[in-house]
Amino acid sequence: MANVAIKTNGLGKSYQLGLSRRGYGTLRESIVDTAKGSFGRLAGRRREQHEGDTLWALRDLSLTIERGEVVGLIGHNGAGKSTLLKILSRIVEPTTGYADVTGRTGALLEVGTGFHPELTGRENVFLNGAILGMRRAEIRARFDEIVAFAEIERFLDTPVKRYSSGMSVRLAFAVAAHLEPEILLVDEVLAVGDAAFQRKSLGKMNEVAEAGRTVIFVSHNLAILQALCQRGVLLERGRVVTDAPVNEAIDSYLRTLERAAGGDLLERTDRDSRGYDESLIKRVEIRDGDGGLADTVVAGRAATVTVEVTEALPMMECRLAIHNTLGHPVATLDSEVSAPVDGRDPEIGARIECVVEDLPLLPGRYRIDVLLKGKRQIQDGLQAACFFDVEPGVVADRPTPIAGADGDVVLAHRWRLP
Amino acid sequence: MNADAVSPHGEAVRPVPETTRLKPTSGFSRVLSPHELWRYRDLALQIAARDITVRYRQTALGAAWAILQPVGFMVVFSLFFGRVAGVSSDGLPYALFSLAALVPWTYFANSLLLGSESLVANSALVAKIYFPRIFMPAGVLAAGFVDLGVSLVILFAIVLIYGIVPTAAVLMLPLLVLIMVAAGLGVTAALSAVNVRYRDVRYVIPFAIQMWLFASPIAYPSSLISEPWRTLSAINPMVGVVEGFRWATLGTADAPWALIGVSAASALVLLVAGLAYFDRVERSFADYI
Repeated sequence: MANVAIKTNGLGKSYQLGLSRRGYGTLRESIVDTAKGSFGRLAGRRREQHEGDTLWALRDLSLTIERGEVVGLIGHNGAGKSTLLKILSRIVEPTTGYADVTGRTGALLEVGTGFHPELTGRENVFLNGAILGMRRAEIRARFDEIVAFAEIERFLDTPVKRYSSGMSVRLAFAVAAHLEPEILLVDEVLAVGDAAFQRKSLGKMNEVAEAGRTVIFVSHNLAILQALCQRGVLLERGRVVTDAPVNEAIDSYLRTLERAAGGDLLERTDRDSRGYDESLIKRVEIRDGDGGLADTVVAGRAATVTVEVTEALPMMECRLAIHNTLGHPVATLDSEVSAPVDGRDPEIGARIECVVEDLPLLPGRYRIDVLLKGKRQIQDGLQAACFFDVEPGVVADRPTPIAGADGDVVLAHRWRLP
Repeated sequence: MNADAVSPHGEAVRPVPETTRLKPTSGFSRVLSPHELWRYRDLALQIAARDITVRYRQTALGAAWAILQPVGFMVVFSLFFGRVAGVSSDGLPYALFSLAALVPWTYFANSLLLGSESLVANSALVAKIYFPRIFMPAGVLAAGFVDLGVSLVILFAIVLIYGIVPTAAVLMLPLLVLIMVAAGLGVTAALSAVNVRYRDVRYVIPFAIQMWLFASPIAYPSSLISEPWRTLSAINPMVGVVEGFRWATLGTADAPWALIGVSAASALVLLVAGLAYFDRVERSFADYI
């Protein structure tokens, strides 16, 4: 028992659907809902497992994490990763079961939570440190280190509202990274700041992980998890499906992603929780310029991504994010950033097309995440809506390297050699 | 276990960490747990300090607002209630009579206004970080002390200008403030908690504060009410506080002990009930905010 940091037993968390679904309620709504009875609940349709109007975000989860282990939590949106972290950091209470947590817990849940714009950088370091559970003496002892890490020495006495977003994010991360809890919970926070700062953050996390602290990471960036964790726990619909060395868990996750992309997208339950659902993503595919096979394209030739949706709404916009198999983002195509070549076609029906000329990707496997907007609202979002393979081809008259190339993209270029 | 044994390289001999069991709870768990409150004492101080610092930052008049509000009311009340309507002021100059009541009232009203919004205004924190939530409304009550102190100083200056020398009754002020804080914390805790679920609170508060202002003997003396209703009216804790403040600062002869006694009891009930409600619903804040 002495070496166990976290032990959960039959841990479960359920949410009542309806009122809590989006935002908050008013008394009137809750009165109306009660009056409408089950009809009101039907309107509150949500996509995960239903049990009456209860959603189980986490179910019967039993997990033991030893002291000093660095564990990555992997899973789709809504698989229960964040809920588990929230229970462990005591923000929400479990509905069933229990978790025994040994030692002080620190959470890096979202960088910058608790910063007050009117306070100066110095004041915010103390406030934010206290919020994260640091004692005043502790913050004072590490103050210089924090400020140096964030690289904001000159602006210490400037109110944070005058900081650039990069500066405040760096400061926030610096405070959080200098926490010294026995157990550290990290939720998708490493992707902040510029590239140099990201590398620095990653290095800091590595240091933390190697210092024998117990760390639980949640990230969609599988490469980061692979680099930092030994053990991977794959969650699906609130349950543990794989608990193995991190590479195995990632493989198993990638398999579930592909399986999900292969099926009917309307049956997917891991949709973006912000979506308004007036129009849903029905099918996503990518084809080579002249038709050809679905989901196989050739480098250097035109490729067309087609997103079929259930309903064509006014002001529809779409964002495609292409990732490699490790979850590293490669490129984002966003219709909201418009160009003269874009156009709206009333005849097109409930579908969106995006053409990429001279596809500049290295041969390999990629996935597309889709975010759908309409009526100025997020309507739907799906990660890994489609997987595709890029076959070797010719980009700007040059054949793509067959093997041994680093990176994901091919640039059109020209050499001058002696 | 606590953080006192931290070394720069994390290799200090730490005391054996304690194990916390996180499980579904019911009944009273957190608010009234002194252990939890003590563990997070630094945060409590930081939150109160933040509320004080932020309150008047980037305002032209700064802490002068602490006194402008009650003085403004005093002027208006003196004109309309004192002059025009000729409301009795128990033989005192009407301006003083109303100011001595407006000083505690302003603290109370502002605490209600800011305190009921305190959880919602900090929703990002509540949704993402654990700390004893009671610190949010309590921090507002604590931060208000600065304003209260400033306006008390001004009140005494004006009292002296009028040539009134306070009596030993001044020593009762801390007790009166305590009654006010107890009532304020009870009501604010409950309202801030309801606000998490039902934002209706936001619309009710300004209206309720106005009603409460006129239900308390601020513009008029409670002696206008006949017994036993007068004593009974002190179920509103501000009745005892306001009449007590007049007695303690203006040196009026009769100590309103009955009013203070009833108000103190009522404030205690409000405090216990408010905290009990807060404690019951605290665990679901993050789910609803």
